[in-house]
Amino acid sequence: MSTPYAKLPAWADYGLIPLINLSVAFIVAGFVVMLVGENPFLAAVILVEGAFGKGTGIAFTLFYATTFIFTGLSVAVAAHCSLFNIGTEGQAYIGGLGIALVCLSFDSVLPWWAIFPMAIVAAAAFGALWGLIPAYLQAKRGSHIVITTIMFNFIAASAMVYLLVGPLKPAGSQAPQTRNFLAGAELPKLNWVIELFGAKIRSAPLNICFLLALVMAFLVWLLIWRTRLGYEMRTYGHSPKAARYAGISETRIIITAMMISGALAGMMALNPVMGDQHNVAIDFVSGAGYVGIAVALMGRLHPVGIVLAAILFGMLYQGGAELAFEMPAISRDMIVIIQGLVILFAGALEHMFRPYIQALFASVSPKSVGMQAIKGTGA
Amino acid sequence: MAQAAIELVGINKSFGAVRANRDINLEVARGTIHGIVGENGAGKSTLMSILYGFYQADSGEIRVGGKPVSINTSNDAIALGIGMVHQHFMLVDNFTVLENIILGAENDALLKSSIAKARSELERLEREYGLEVDPDAVIEELPVGLQQRVEILKALYRGAEILILDEPTGVLTPAEADHLFRILKQLKDQGKTIVLITHKLREIMAITDTVSVMRQGTMVATRVTKETTVGELAELMVGRRVLLRVEKGQSEAGAVKLSVKNLTVKDSRGVTMVDNVSFDVRGGEIVGIAGVAGNGQSELLEAISGIRQAVSGEVMLDGKPIDLTGRADPGELRDRGLAHVPEDRHHVGLVLAFEENENSILGYHDDERYLKGPFLDIDAIMADAKEKIEKYDIRPANPRLKTANFSGGNQQKIVLAREMEQDPGVLIVGQPTRGVDVGAIEFIHKRLIAMRDQGKAVLVVSVELDEIRSLSDRILVMFAGRVVGERGPDATEGELGLLMAGVEHQEAAE
Amino acid sequence: MDIFNAIIQVLDSTIRLSVPLLLACLAGLYSERAGIFDIGLEGKMLVGAFAGASAAAVFHSALIGLGTAVLISVAFALVHGFASITHRGNQIVSGVAINFIAAGSTIILGQAWFQQGGRTPALQPGERFEAIIWPGADAIRDVPIIGPIYAELISGHSILVYFAFAMVPFTWWVLFRTRFGLRMRAVGENPAAVDTAGISVAWLRYRALICTGILTGVAGAYLSMVQNGGFVKDMTAGKGYIALAALIFAKWKPVNAMFACLLFGFLDAASIRLQGSPLPLVGKVPAQFMQALPYVLTVILLAGFIGKAIPPRAGGVPYVKER
Repeated sequence: MSTPYAKLPAWADYGLIPLINLSVAFIVAGFVVMLVGENPFLAAVILVEGAFGKGTGIAFTLFYATTFIFTGLSVAVAAHCSLFNIGTEGQAYIGGLGIALVCLSFDSVLPWWAIFPMAIVAAAAFGALWGLIPAYLQAKRGSHIVITTIMFNFIAASAMVYLLVGPLKPAGSQAPQTRNFLAGAELPKLNWVIELFGAKIRSAPLNICFLLALVMAFLVWLLIWRTRLGYEMRTYGHSPKAARYAGISETRIIITAMMISGALAGMMALNPVMGDQHNVAIDFVSGAGYVGIAVALMGRLHPVGIVLAAILFGMLYQGGAELAFEMPAISRDMIVIIQGLVILFAGALEHMFRPYIQALFASVSPKSVGMQAIKGTGA
Repeated sequence: MAQAAIELVGINKSFGAVRANRDINLEVARGTIHGIVGENGAGKSTLMSILYGFYQADSGEIRVGGKPVSINTSNDAIALGIGMVHQHFMLVDNFTVLENIILGAENDALLKSSIAKARSELERLEREYGLEVDPDAVIEELPVGLQQRVEILKALYRGAEILILDEPTGVLTPAEADHLFRILKQLKDQGKTIVLITHKLREIMAITDTVSVMRQGTMVATRVTKETTVGELAELMVGRRVLLRVEKGQSEAGAVKLSVKNLTVKDSRGVTMVDNVSFDVRGGEIVGIAGVAGNGQSELLEAISGIRQAVSGEVMLDGKPIDLTGRADPGELRDRGLAHVPEDRHHVGLVLAFEENENSILGYHDDERYLKGPFLDIDAIMADAKEKIEKYDIRPANPRLKTANFSGGNQQKIVLAREMEQDPGVLIVGQPTRGVDVGAIEFIHKRLIAMRDQGKAVLVVSVELDEIRSLSDRILVMFAGRVVGERGPDATEGELGLLMAGVEHQEAAE
Repeated sequence: MDIFNAIIQVLDSTIRLSVPLLLACLAGLYSERAGIFDIGLEGKMLVGAFAGASAAAVFHSALIGLGTAVLISVAFALVHGFASITHRGNQIVSGVAINFIAAGSTIILGQAWFQQGGRTPALQPGERFEAIIWPGADAIRDVPIIGPIYAELISGHSILVYFAFAMVPFTWWVLFRTRFGLRMRAVGENPAAVDTAGISVAWLRYRALICTGILTGVAGAYLSMVQNGGFVKDMTAGKGYIALAALIFAKWKPVNAMFACLLFGFLDAASIRLQGSPLPLVGKVPAQFMQALPYVLTVILLAGFIGKAIPPRAGGVPYVKER
């Protein structure tokens, strides 16, 4: 029997293979850079420097990372049930609507620490709701969740545009966005933490949502690996037949997982909306939902990996902005290419290098791959 | 003397550690019907797949019409005049009969001429062999018997001179099976060579000229059908192995704990898999169900454990009925004291990606012993897992190790430990020692007997006759979905083998 | 008379707006019928649009532009094939990845090569596909009813439009009257049947993907060389997904696909036309509602409320020889 997915020691599985996939993605991206007529190594240096060189850079990097942690967690939670939630983008958008409603209602009467919890609940609830319908359709009517969530992304976009040029737009304004929130709906910044280390930050949007994101990462870990629900989700994700055998209800799992996933996506909106822009504008999500897919895949669906991957992508975004400055030929869209390549190599082609790595390991140390050392003729 | 149509010389094929075909020699004379019998896992299908180009043999030679050939793809086989009718049909359900027949055999880039040619050829085949079927009918609307006819027509259309049929009668009614045999005889009279893979001895005796018996990857014997008897074949098929007889005392059967009455189960194609089966299992006894795989045992187990829908009949657990609509809650059944060790431990009984301790609570993960509120009580789970590891000698003794890294025998022990330690009233077990090493087999058997001695009702389904004979207090034999006989543990192999092969008691007595 | 002209205008727009949808939809039909999910229609259209407009501008030839568009689209389709068929990867993930790579590279390369903010140079005559005026169109134009229909709806489109509509019966013919079509449909329903019949499953699926690449290339070329006079970043604007929606709506049949795309094209044209003006009974319909309508309809279809949409049985599942 052929074993396409042969055994490897754990560290190779979780560390080496993703690293290789990532490296290949970057190498291919490097070729694109060359196609544009720039030096890929120089570009890499500028990228890293822009992301981590100065305090402001670090703050921005972590700000972006915050967004991606949420969307990455969202995709990962659903993925643990082998559900491909591409709807994170739309769920985040609708989450923003919930936040807008809370903030616009209370920002003149309540302080941020009272509004924030309500906004969290609203964001999560609205996001969960947007994930509920595709989940229900999948569970009860077998509608493929990938297609329905893509459709719902577009429906969300249309709905939000309608609201933002209509009911939610302040009278007399031209810009398709809500009015700016008052101080009550502005979240405190976290830049001062970085300044503790001697950096000076002029202005950066890093805010307490970063802490919330880390908390959520921990809670997701707790959920998936330490709760009964998480156990059931993982069982179903690995083997629906075993789940049936174990008495786990498929419908309940699908709906619950998608609602949690949608809630996390909705919470992503807190970062840009309450932490930075202080309003809800058109397309404030700007692709973060899709980045979440890359982050989740790269992070191997584990919160620790996701946080690291999110920081990596945050670095790409921030460093990319610097890069666009220094090398005008390479705009922010380079990041989109890298994102695509990461998804390709960490996702669709994730096993491409496995046989070669396995052969390498087998020739050096057969025991590490579970084979006996072969004496005489090879098998 | 007619030249051999097919010769296989020294065929070997392994899949990883499993030696599916061991040094097989086979000769089939042209214009004859040759049967290949054996239990599941004997290697029959693998051998024929090699002949059909689906797999390549590791070593050995194939000769067709006396000439050595190399068959690397199905195309090569087809070009040599070899056609195969698979056990699971290779048909496109929403195509018509004609479309299925010309698939791969189109004579042109445009379909029109291919369809016309096929239509007239089909008429000819129909007239010659009585293989009537509406050429424009859509496959999914045809009954299974007719679908099989299309499979045969496919092979004949492509000029098959050698026809291989893999367990063809599994989905046919007796009348359809007879019709099939008439067709096969006609084909033989026309000079075609036919290889019939089956485990049903009556069919062998009815239409084959010669028969080979395979067992555990080797070719055990070849006989001229007229010169052998069902009894001899049964013995050869079931075979003599090292019998691990477990020490066991007399059983003291108590009250009926599991009662199956007139249970009938059909599969998704409407074929009856379990046919009006009734039996009881009492506390303190082991009832073993013997039979070649595919005779309804799997469906029976699935129906009893609530996973599969039954058409009619009832199953009572401790006097109360089990939901047979296919939507039963396995959790509820567990609460009522029914434990189930499924036949497929890789995809149903275990989650191979989980750690050992995670699998040791599968199905019981909602038990408050293992939970602290909504959270898993890791300490309790680990302690529980360690206890089971020790008691059942599971190796390596590491509850954190990924289940996929345990050997088959130890994996099975994990499942058994889990189900047995829940102290169920009724334990149903499918293939308890499939893929399990010899050392673990004895251990598992001892544990099953221990359960019996504690007054549990135990139902064991196994294709290993030795195991059934060793464990059971009562033996039921299933064939074609029915219980065809009940025997005590002293029944002989030959006797049971005959029942398993579908031969009634009276015939065997000759 | 005014209403009639308005209707003709809308129908004319409908035709033009539905062409890229139709081409992309038919493209998706080939791959999905063969059992490969392709979410990457959007990305392939985009690179096709970019490649077409760039090549046309550089080589001053519409034909070279079209050829390049097709070539690049096919290349991306083969990457999808490599991941899905040869490496049995997740087809959704692969499609999503391709969309990103396409989106990013078209902008980066466009900016680098042409320095016009992501667009390609405006195409001159000879570098685009011009409208083809049918004989007598101008003469008939003033004849009531028939005139405008002939002059506006039938005549006066670029060759790619006629090509797109011609592809509908052609695709039907390929699917149901040729050997290739038969095998392709078979491999999407039961690849094992195809394998045991001695046909290579992988090669068949690759060929289907090549067809997909060709048609998405033409779709992209239409966008940047007919509908617009050059490439603009993100110019596909979700049309690839609408095409996917149309494909599901059409239940994977060519003629239905044409009607579905015309329907969605009509919704698009109507929403542009109705901008701001109230409809009888309903009042003002927000433009966004019309935009969302194709997606809502698809969801309703998928939920099984407008009949069942049964996809090819082996769709999305990598083929592994059973053992």
